[in-house]
Amino acid sequence: MLRQILTSAVFAGVAAGVLAALFQLWLVVPLIMEAELFESGQRVHFATDGSTQSDRSAPSVWAEPLRHVYTIGFSAVTFTAYAFFMVAGFALAARAGHVITLHRGLAWGLCGAIAVVIAPAVSMPPELPGAIGAEVGPRQMWYLTCVILTMLGLVQIAFDKRPRALITAPIFLLVPHIIGAPQLDTYFGVAPAELASEFVARVMGVALISWALLGLFTAYFWTRSEEA
Amino acid sequence: MNENAKAVAATQTKARIDADMMGIAGAVLLGLTLLFAAGFAQASILHDTAHDMRHAMSFPCH
Repeated sequence: MLRQILTSAVFAGVAAGVLAALFQLWLVVPLIMEAELFESGQRVHFATDGSTQSDRSAPSVWAEPLRHVYTIGFSAVTFTAYAFFMVAGFALAARAGHVITLHRGLAWGLCGAIAVVIAPAVSMPPELPGAIGAEVGPRQMWYLTCVILTMLGLVQIAFDKRPRALITAPIFLLVPHIIGAPQLDTYFGVAPAELASEFVARVMGVALISWALLGLFTAYFWTRSEEA
Repeated sequence: MNENAKAVAATQTKARIDADMMGIAGAVLLGLTLLFAAGFAQASILHDTAHDMRHAMSFPCH
């Protein structure tokens, strides 16, 4: 069991993490680098000379190769962490008599994207560099609370057949948003609204595909090492 | 199966279950450690190198 947990988490996490980083480098990182031009003032939207528009173009991702090597590395570490949580879940589900298949792995992965990215984004959207938000500590606390409660809600929907789960699952899913994330009472963004919305949409799309791959890979390595 | 063998079998099952739980707890602990380092620690070397990944993965960054 221990070997099964270690090998499937590391193989699946690194594979999904590297692929996720490639999707990020293609779709998300150029927008981050473009936003940094506004953060540093190299590009100004609604300049004081009266012009409302600013150029649209992202810096080349090939300009800073080392920076992206770090991104790939940390993406692999992060997805390995997610894979460890997923195999822990697989092991618990297996003990309860559930069989892990590739299809179920995919469903686990999509639920992971919902819990870790999409649900928290409802009250605390992903932020471009240069966005000024509330203090980072309380936001991290809210984020973790939202992820854990969303996971508990999804687990109840998936596994709890008792009628009371119909009441408790929505409560778990909604409570973080009823409490609300820490927010400032003013807008500070310097980047164009189009850039920010494109960034948020792509973060969610990349999260969905990355987590789907993580679920598939983790289920693949899990079932393979079960047979071995 | 005599009583003695039953007791041995029960002990073995219990030992296996405990080892499983240790594995599961270990996996959660490892996951938390990696996640904290990559996504949440504010040390500036970690923050700077993990910066793009944190934004792209929607962690609260700074």
